Amino acid sequence: MTINPDLSIQFSPLHRLQWEEAQQKYVILYPEGMVELNQSSAEILKLCDGAHKPAQIVKALESKFETSGLSNDIHNFLNIALQNGWIKQD
Amino acid sequence: MAGSNKTNPTPPRWLLAELSYKCPLQCPYCSNPLDYAKYPDELSTEDWKRVLSEARKMGAVQLGFSGGEPLTRQDLVELVRYARELGYYSNLITSGYGLTEEKIVELKQAGLDHIQVSIQASSQELNDHIAGTATYQHKQQVARLVKKHGYPMVLCVVIHRENIHQMPEILQMAENLGADYLELANTQYYGWAHLNRDALLPTKEQFEEAEKIAQAYKEKVAGKMRIYYVVPDFYEDRPKACMNGWGTTFLTIAPDGTALPCHSARELPGLDCPNVKDYSISEIWNDSKTFNFFRGTEWMREPCKSCDEKHKDFGGCRCQAFLFNGDMYSTDPVCGKSPDRYRIDAAIASARELALSGTEKPLVFRNSKNSKQLC
Ligand code: SF4
Ligand code: SF4
Repeated sequence: MTINPDLSIQFSPLHRLQWEEAQQKYVILYPEGMVELNQSSAEILKLCDGAHKPAQIVKALESKFETSGLSNDIHNFLNIALQNGWIKQD
Repeated sequence: MAGSNKTNPTPPRWLLAELSYKCPLQCPYCSNPLDYAKYPDELSTEDWKRVLSEARKMGAVQLGFSGGEPLTRQDLVELVRYARELGYYSNLITSGYGLTEEKIVELKQAGLDHIQVSIQASSQELNDHIAGTATYQHKQQVARLVKKHGYPMVLCVVIHRENIHQMPEILQMAENLGADYLELANTQYYGWAHLNRDALLPTKEQFEEAEKIAQAYKEKVAGKMRIYYVVPDFYEDRPKACMNGWGTTFLTIAPDGTALPCHSARELPGLDCPNVKDYSISEIWNDSKTFNFFRGTEWMREPCKSCDEKHKDFGGCRCQAFLFNGDMYSTDPVCGKSPDRYRIDAAIASARELALSGTEKPLVFRNSKNSKQLC
């Protein structure tokens, strides 16, 4: 299971992405579990909204953080997220 | 506390709200205390709301509504809605008894995130025998409806000697029902399960065989159904890191408002567990005697005290130490370093003898009549 470059990415309807005030970080919530996210992972996942394809996520984040060369890191993370069921493509 | 310079403990992350001890089922492995019939009082809706908001403010985010059977509470939908407003991720842990499609929709609209349905076995006969109630057909139906209405569907099957031979069928059933998660929870021997241990504990061979089947299936359904396999610690050489450490993560509130660091802590002597009717959640979590009792490693004795694994398992489970050794400060008897390990081995041998001789030992079912008679 790997990311398809031609399809947009959605956040899984079986998980919830949420800002936690007490922890000062984003978390993913799912049945009886929770994953704490660092800032860059959270930024990527927020763009998994059904409107962005992988390359568009890279572009959006590179422009947001005024940098380049994020593609590899972002793709690696997206593959992990897909395998964990946090995101999906269809 | 005035004059105290201790740093505040980590805040609670998980809140288990045991709404009621009432339950139409009678599972002989129920983790409720044996003497639950002594505590018929239930918190009011307002009390529960205060508990939810105070715990949320401290940082609790995962919320389990359980019991007993949480559906027996008339205000369940109202509490679910309130929890959603506060930003909890809420889990309904139910036997499915009394759950209608209408209720499933209503709970969804109120913001419930997931429903965990327990099924006792993969066949009607065994399910209904263990549950002490005819519920099999209804549970299957409920599982399908949960799925139909877009919840992540979590099926929970408690594993013990009466159903462990059904492992292949249980896995198949979960897949057929379209479960997103399957929790295969080997019985933990507290409460009623402790009482029924001789009849419930599988032999080592049975356990290993079942585990092999479950692990193989895990790979087969990878990406489709997630299998959580809760191991029975009796066959391990080290105890589990019980509750992720006392008073570090989990907060349980019993139906009558008693606050517990773990759902069996009520069985421990002299803890004087505080009640949410008398104290705020932060007073209970940070300052109460109960929640500080086994926090950290100060309380430990040998062999835990000088053990280099003490930050990994925190000396194991206090309830298991008490149930087996009669001493809640002692090392969890599961541990190979514990001088009491022989007690676990004796329990295994005793259950094994019964299993191999085919002697039936009647199960004591979890109901008010038995609870009153026992305690
Ligand atoms: S384990 Fe069985 S008897 Fe106990 S609360 Fe759950 S459904 Fe009821
Ligand atoms: S002696 Fe205590 S701390 Fe060490 S492994 Fe055993 S239970 Fe854990």
